[in-house]
Amino acid sequence: MNAMETYQIYLTASAVLFTTGLAGVFMARHFFRRIVATKIMGAGVFLSLVSFAERDALEFADPVPHAMVITGIVVAVSAAAFALALARRIHQLTGEHDFTTDS
Amino acid sequence: MTDFPTSIWPALLVAVPITFALGTVFFAAAGRMWSGLAGSVATTLVSALAIAAAVREGGLIHHLGGWEPPLGILLRLDPLAAVFIGMTALTGIAVSFYAASYLRSQDDLPRGASLFWPLWLMLWAGLNGMFLSNDLFNLFVAIEVVGISAVGLAVLSGKPPALMAGLRYLLVAITGSMSYLFGVALLFGAYGTLDLTLLSAAVEPGATTVFALVLMTLGLMAKSAFFPLHFWLPPAHGSELPPVSALLSALVVKGSFYILLRLWAEVFGVSLTFAAGQLIGVCGAAAVIWGSWQALNQDRLKLIIAHSSVAQLGYLLMVFPLLILAPGTAVAVASDWTSSAWTAAVYQTLSHAFAKSSLFLAAGVIVIAAGHDCRESLLDLVARRPMTAFAIGLAGISLTGLPPSGGFFAKWMLLKAAIASGQWWWAPAVLAGSFLTAGYVFMILRLAFAPGNSDTENRPVPRGLESAALLLAVASFFIIVPAEAVISFLESSAPFGSAIVPGEGGVLP
Repeated sequence: MNAMETYQIYLTASAVLFTTGLAGVFMARHFFRRIVATKIMGAGVFLSLVSFAERDALEFADPVPHAMVITGIVVAVSAAAFALALARRIHQLTGEHDFTTDS
Repeated sequence: MTDFPTSIWPALLVAVPITFALGTVFFAAAGRMWSGLAGSVATTLVSALAIAAAVREGGLIHHLGGWEPPLGILLRLDPLAAVFIGMTALTGIAVSFYAASYLRSQDDLPRGASLFWPLWLMLWAGLNGMFLSNDLFNLFVAIEVVGISAVGLAVLSGKPPALMAGLRYLLVAITGSMSYLFGVALLFGAYGTLDLTLLSAAVEPGATTVFALVLMTLGLMAKSAFFPLHFWLPPAHGSELPPVSALLSALVVKGSFYILLRLWAEVFGVSLTFAAGQLIGVCGAAAVIWGSWQALNQDRLKLIIAHSSVAQLGYLLMVFPLLILAPGTAVAVASDWTSSAWTAAVYQTLSHAFAKSSLFLAAGVIVIAAGHDCRESLLDLVARRPMTAFAIGLAGISLTGLPPSGGFFAKWMLLKAAIASGQWWWAPAVLAGSFLTAGYVFMILRLAFAPGNSDTENRPVPRGLESAALLLAVASFFIIVPAEAVISFLESSAPFGSAIVPGEGGVLP
């Protein structure tokens, strides 16, 4: 299997992950499921960034997308932690665990 | 574009608020307020000095760490960024003094209310970063800083409705920024650069660019609460502490709009089509009508103001179709109306920022005085709180677009551009929006003039709160006084005034 094909497999996988996550954001009602759905979207984006490191058939992997992925993961982790903390607090205060009313 | 002189000011605009934001964390509640206020004053001073330097030089740039693009990150303080930074500083300093007075005078505040200061200064740094960044990934980081601190501010009150709205806001923000980041990844994969200036030279029409454009536009629209992705805004902005509502409605949503405008005008021209502009314009027109109609049907003052934000943001979207040239139009002919359309975008942003923050601050005063913000709280407001009633009147007139307010100038320029470009179909939406806005503004004013029953509560309100609301309302009026100077400053540098020329190979129909 040559390099170009590997690259395309990664990209296809990232598109599938992104779409799955996006669908989950719209369809899931439970707090935790929706938070996980955004994480799956994020995984798709990061996978595409990692695979773009093989641009232009360079001899070595392009470090710029790797730096972006590291930054992106840090941001995504803190956002997810914040979302989980909020969801837990809502559950403690009201006992609710999903978006029942709308959207 | 990069021929501006290098200067330290753009870096300070981000570094100073971040330093103070981190510094305030080390203090207890009282010290946090003083250090937070000091940070606000310092950031405002830096903003004023930086804008003065930008006016003198025509614009400033800063290479972070001395690295030049494409390796390093460029901060660019051009006239458009300077105007947005000025708007943030003026709104920010007024809201900061309001917040200091509000947090000190209220005794039923939640436990973490003094966290307002670090979160707000972080938000300020993020906003300045958004306005200055000339780099797609740096913009992503700024967007995230703004998003997370905005949600942090939104849940400060700690009440379940605010937490619920905050969680929904956070999930929309994460989804939007992931969508934006996917677009960034595609562009980087295709062109190998993140610098906006280099990218605008390299970008070619094609499926990749169009897909990136769609992802980034939808992501930013969700974060700006542009119709039809606006559903999270009214509950989030309606259930917060008053200074927070003012900041979120006036400033945070404008940040994503600014990036959208920049990207469409500077980078994506080749992939845009006349039809794409019409589509986004229709979203804007629908937002104006739907948002104003919803505002008319609300019972609580804060919800009226929050729905009005959805409507007023719609006007900003209506600028896009006017900037994109119809097939076969010469650029020279179009300069008649593109300049008006850009002026409308900037003035609508400024007047809405000042008017909307003033309304939310005034609503905060009313909640303190009457204990709630239902319709009865407004009765006899003119006699009980003349200053606040005056602020609501001024801000409302600016939102409606009656002369001689800033809002009038923005809507007049929008109408002028619509007629001059031959796209007359936007004019009815602009006018209908103004009529509906007049409807809810006059409904508020009618209640304010109506006699109330004597048992309406009228608790004392610190004078500073009312002054801050009035100051911002007056600002939304008087921004038209320096209009000529502001516009000639803006016109000195692209992209202001330039048309978006659609490329040959746009894939959208």
